[in-house]
Amino acid sequence: MTAPELPDRAGHFGPYGGRFVPEALVAALDQLSQAHADARRDPAFVAELDDLLANYAGRPTPLTEAKRFSEQAGARVFLKREDLAHTGSHKINNVLGQALLTKKMGKQRVIAETGAGQHGVATATAAALFGFDCTVYMGEEDTRRQALNVARMRLLGAEVIPVSTGTKTLKDATNEAFRDWVANVESTHYCIGSVVGPHPFPMLVRDFQRIIGVEARQQLLDRTGALPDAVVACVGGGSNAMGLFHRFIGDESVALIGCEAGGDGVDTGRHAAPLTAGSPGVLHGARSYLMQDEDGQTLDTHSISAGLDYPGVGPEHAFLRDSGRARYRGVSDTDAMAALELLAKTEGILCAIESAHAFAGALQWVAEQGRDDLTVIVNCSGRGDKDVDTAARFFGLVSQEDIQTASDVRAHEGEQP
Amino acid sequence: MTRLDDLFAQCRQENRAALIGYLPVGFPSYEASVAAMVAMVEGGVDAVEVGVPYTDPGMDGPVIQVAVDAALRAGTRVAQVFEAVRTVSAHAPTVVMGYWNPVEKYGPARFAKDLKAAGGSGAITPDLIPEEAQPWLEAARAEDLDPVFLVAPSSTDERIAVVGRTNRGFVYAASTMGVTGTRSTVGNRAEELVGRTRAQTDLPVCVGLGVSNADQAAEVAAYADGVIVGSAFVRALQDGGPDAVRELARGLAEGVRRR
Ligand SMILES: Cc1ncc(COP(=O)(O)O)c(C=O)c1O
Repeated sequence: MTAPELPDRAGHFGPYGGRFVPEALVAALDQLSQAHADARRDPAFVAELDDLLANYAGRPTPLTEAKRFSEQAGARVFLKREDLAHTGSHKINNVLGQALLTKKMGKQRVIAETGAGQHGVATATAAALFGFDCTVYMGEEDTRRQALNVARMRLLGAEVIPVSTGTKTLKDATNEAFRDWVANVESTHYCIGSVVGPHPFPMLVRDFQRIIGVEARQQLLDRTGALPDAVVACVGGGSNAMGLFHRFIGDESVALIGCEAGGDGVDTGRHAAPLTAGSPGVLHGARSYLMQDEDGQTLDTHSISAGLDYPGVGPEHAFLRDSGRARYRGVSDTDAMAALELLAKTEGILCAIESAHAFAGALQWVAEQGRDDLTVIVNCSGRGDKDVDTAARFFGLVSQEDIQTASDVRAHEGEQP
Repeated sequence: MTRLDDLFAQCRQENRAALIGYLPVGFPSYEASVAAMVAMVEGGVDAVEVGVPYTDPGMDGPVIQVAVDAALRAGTRVAQVFEAVRTVSAHAPTVVMGYWNPVEKYGPARFAKDLKAAGGSGAITPDLIPEEAQPWLEAARAEDLDPVFLVAPSSTDERIAVVGRTNRGFVYAASTMGVTGTRSTVGNRAEELVGRTRAQTDLPVCVGLGVSNADQAAEVAAYADGVIVGSAFVRALQDGGPDAVRELARGLAEGVRRR
């Protein structure tokens, strides 16, 4: 079986994937598998999704040649501009697909987990568009780090529930979403945000994100007449990376490069790089690589990027890692932030800190090849507006007093009638 | 015949349901958790579900989450579960209740071997379904342990039949669609589920999720072979220590005998 035909019927990518869930969820997962299989064959579903992607989300997104960035990189670099999709990241591709499935299954409520808030915002957006009730679980720690996205979700009509158990981050928000789902599965669809979770989620989310690579491949062929030497993406749960990689898996000359959150450095233990420095295990419904201690307890993670701060990763990436078809590396906080600054100053594009990991990884990969004739596509998975606060602190762009004054002013304005 | 088979045979003779109590190892400390499990048996619990603390207990509500979090923060290790089983098994049959990843990491064969050596009777695996369970089933068979999978109100009859064929000891019927925690009512879906399960298997059927007092235990005992109580014991331990646990067990034991 070649990789594009995976997973098998039970949702396995080699030894990875599957369903490690309470029995209570099996019926809902079967229902979802069936709805997804029907939708794939249903021209009306495909047409409705295509229409939403084109006329609501703004697809196809451009493929931008980054000429000044390329000079610094020593390679011809093209950016797949998911940052220009509605809501500011690739997350909308998956959410629109799952919202349509939700409607088909006759459910009226969606729930989601979110880390940085991008997936939560995308889900709240689709819920508003479709008239669904929406509840988003977000780690208490992240609601503080990403207060603006909390406000965005609430403006869109979603209920945001801060999760205060465990590490108070994305991992625990995911646990809470699963608990809600078990209790409300008859009325509720769990709109999972990445290629993680029990079968069929990794396959289903990949199928909805696959359009990234399908478009990028054709756009580059139209522009240059050739395939790229590498495609590069950041990997949190792995959805923007699977979305970019999948169409290229059969193109054996194309290197697939995934960039995980190296945090303080993968050798420090303070990171979120399970494929680079973790081991196989089971978390959130599937077997894959994860960060765990010798008792199989999930470890705390660290990354400057809330969207990559997750101890697990999608099972198809685990498969691609073991087979050698894709290569994964950890990119440190510092290297990611340097790449973010370089892209901003050479191209006028402020990318998400998640995406900055891909730009840094691309720079490293090109440097390692020792060639000057390479062409690379980097997935610019999201825009950086949500990260300006973090970046301002990181680079010391504004003084602590300015930050304090600004938040005092905001708080004061908030008190006005 | 395992110890669990003997237990259910005896309960049938006495025309009552079995009472199974859960507590996690290491909460509030290793010693206190084991003392509370023994107190539970003194109060009338027939079999003890010995919980393996896990960082991501997806089937558990807030009471158990907080307890296992505390157990892990106190440094509880998976190997201590076998020590607890060894002590408690001297008083009553034990089954461990464990999410899959710690078992997989320990090694299914090694886990089964150490569990058997400690005197354990089997294991309830709340996030493992028969389709994914081959390594565990082989390990359990090799050590003559009882694998216990769950059925839920959403399970089809076909799936219930598979669980009935795969399990040994008993079938764990989840009373509601939801996570562990005390509830004001157990709900009528439990009785229907027990009926559907009996149609597929001769194994005893035990109902868990939501039972916290003697009246609820009596209500469930009217149609099930066993009543499983977890969060209520954790809360009792938290609020009143082993004495409160023993007291709660007394009341529940009276409840499962009201038929
Ligand atoms: C812009 C952006 N890129 C990437 C990610 C990481 O997710 P994934 O690996 O599923 O693409 C996130 C998650 O929040 C994100 O917001």
